Amino acid sequence: MQVFPDIKGRFGDFGGKYVPETLMGPLQELEAALDEAMEDTAFIEEYHHVLKEYAGRPTALSYADKISEHLGGAKIYLKREDLNHTGAHKLNNAIGQALLAKRMGKQKIIAETGAGQHGVASATVAAKFGLECKVFMGEEDIRRQELNVFRMKLLGAEVVSVSSGNGTLKDATNEAIRYWVANCEDHFYLIGSVVGPHPYPRMVRDFQRVIGDESKEQFLEVETKLPDRIYACVGGGSNAMGMFYPFLEDEAELVGVEAAGKGIDTPEHAATLSKGTPGVIHGSLTYLMQDENGQITEPYSISAGLDYPGIGPEHAHLFQSRRVRYEAITDQEALDALKLLTETEGIIPAIESAHALAQAFKEAGDMSSDQTILINLSGRGDKDMATLMDHFQEEV
Amino acid sequence: MLTKTSFQGKLTKTENLFIPFVVAGDPTPEMTIQYALRLQKEGADILELGVPYSDPLADGPTIQRAAKRALNAGMSLRKAIQLVPELRKNGVEIPVVIFTYYNPVLQLGHEYFFELLEENGAEGVLIPDLPYEESEEVRALAEEKGIEFISLVAPNSDVRIKQIAEHARGFLYCVSTLGVTGERSGEMSADSLSFIKKVKEHSPVPVAVGFGVSSNDDVKLVREHADGVIIGSKIIRLIEDGLEKVQQGNENEALEDFSAGIHELVK
Repeated sequence: MQVFPDIKGRFGDFGGKYVPETLMGPLQELEAALDEAMEDTAFIEEYHHVLKEYAGRPTALSYADKISEHLGGAKIYLKREDLNHTGAHKLNNAIGQALLAKRMGKQKIIAETGAGQHGVASATVAAKFGLECKVFMGEEDIRRQELNVFRMKLLGAEVVSVSSGNGTLKDATNEAIRYWVANCEDHFYLIGSVVGPHPYPRMVRDFQRVIGDESKEQFLEVETKLPDRIYACVGGGSNAMGMFYPFLEDEAELVGVEAAGKGIDTPEHAATLSKGTPGVIHGSLTYLMQDENGQITEPYSISAGLDYPGIGPEHAHLFQSRRVRYEAITDQEALDALKLLTETEGIIPAIESAHALAQAFKEAGDMSSDQTILINLSGRGDKDMATLMDHFQEEV
Repeated sequence: MLTKTSFQGKLTKTENLFIPFVVAGDPTPEMTIQYALRLQKEGADILELGVPYSDPLADGPTIQRAAKRALNAGMSLRKAIQLVPELRKNGVEIPVVIFTYYNPVLQLGHEYFFELLEENGAEGVLIPDLPYEESEEVRALAEEKGIEFISLVAPNSDVRIKQIAEHARGFLYCVSTLGVTGERSGEMSADSLSFIKKVKEHSPVPVAVGFGVSSNDDVKLVREHADGVIIGSKIIRLIEDGLEKVQQGNENEALEDFSAGIHELVK
């Protein structure tokens, strides 16, 4: 098997380090520290210890019997990242990077956040490990995710409002990078997805692969075989990469689900692979949404966690090499799937995860009853209550 | 030995250089030409013509605002390059370096980008998010077309300083302090000065210092230690100060104020 990324940080044609010269030194320092840490069994043991004792891993693998019966066809299992401490998969990566920051002697962390889940995870590990934490967040996201903003502040983090662009994740990321350029000597930049310059996409994947590793073990235990299809939602793509990576050499069909927003034939979507083209964003060569002049355009999704105009470079590679199939689900389809899961299984998923559910629900009925589906339920819906109330208030 | 490029041919000296930065199309392409002429008159040796970009990672708020104004006015990488012959027609004779982020270049295509630069008579190119390791193909094409690929070096470039400096073309852009572009005063420390000295030891081309240079005192200090001074945000702010006058149709008054501001800065 060819190992990705290669020495230049490339996944096939994608990845690399497209950053101002000032960041090349800090990235090389990070790469060296990461290589050393990943070879150190004491570091790996500490990481897994914190995951177990603090985050609550392994998370459950739940058989969704009611929904399987309702849809007919394949048996549906859910990997319950919503049960992870702080409510999403984001904490796995935040723990790994916080431990690395400490190992590197950096006492201050910065992070960017869209839906707020990564911001909350970063603020949480900062509190846990005694680090100073500054979270950059677009002003529009601050408005949409009031509760998570309060959680971050309660945890002792400073939330920096970013007003450039549309005031969403793209703009928060730009501002976090600019701040890092000026403060790279004593700050660790804790990136929340498999995006950014090398070695971030690899590092975040390796801290998130625990999702796929656990899933594999749990699935073999209950089904004595691997799932036929695996679904995960994709914004930047960290929950999907964490789930897919351990299965890349297996036969399972892998399906990444992007946000089609109001439809991929409208300008309002965040379907980077379905509708984007290759380019450079936030230090990495990948697929992105842009105009004919190479100006990056603003994405749209009802989910603040998916409206990012880029995608992790490894996803771009898996898309190009066709190892993963990528589909796009609209706001409405995601909301319908969310409601169905909530009513049949008693689980309120994050709107992000509902995109993966919607695609799986579309396909499950066409599969046979001896086939199995695994869906990564990347997070819980608590943070989305304000949005959900707007949509469902009259129905309930 | 380097072959003589049109950049070097047009450069009348190799020390005490004044290298201003303006954003193409801020606030209009016509005004960019006028500002460039004023800068030349105040002693500019090389013009950095910035291409506005939606997501400029190396820039602070002042240049971001300028980029937004220019994008709103419809500027693009292609149009910025096509502004070069207009600058020439109006009397700008100094070398012009196109300053652009990498993504717009990638969308044009490397080959076509360099064809455009050559056709329109731009003498140099500077891409702040294309570090040495990622720039091999672009550097080769630049060399082939006789266009200077300007490299940047930062105080924390450490062991990379020698490698970057030895491959420098045109002039070498020394980022004075860690951080994005913007006006800062009094940040030139003893460390910065020893860094500049180290860069000069390895560079075959003039070493110019930029980022944060915003007062006449800064300019004087840089001149003592480096071969040139690069000024961006301060110039953009002088342009910004005249925006209202331009909007009211008092272009000449705005240009007079601009000239006075530049004169004060580099006297």
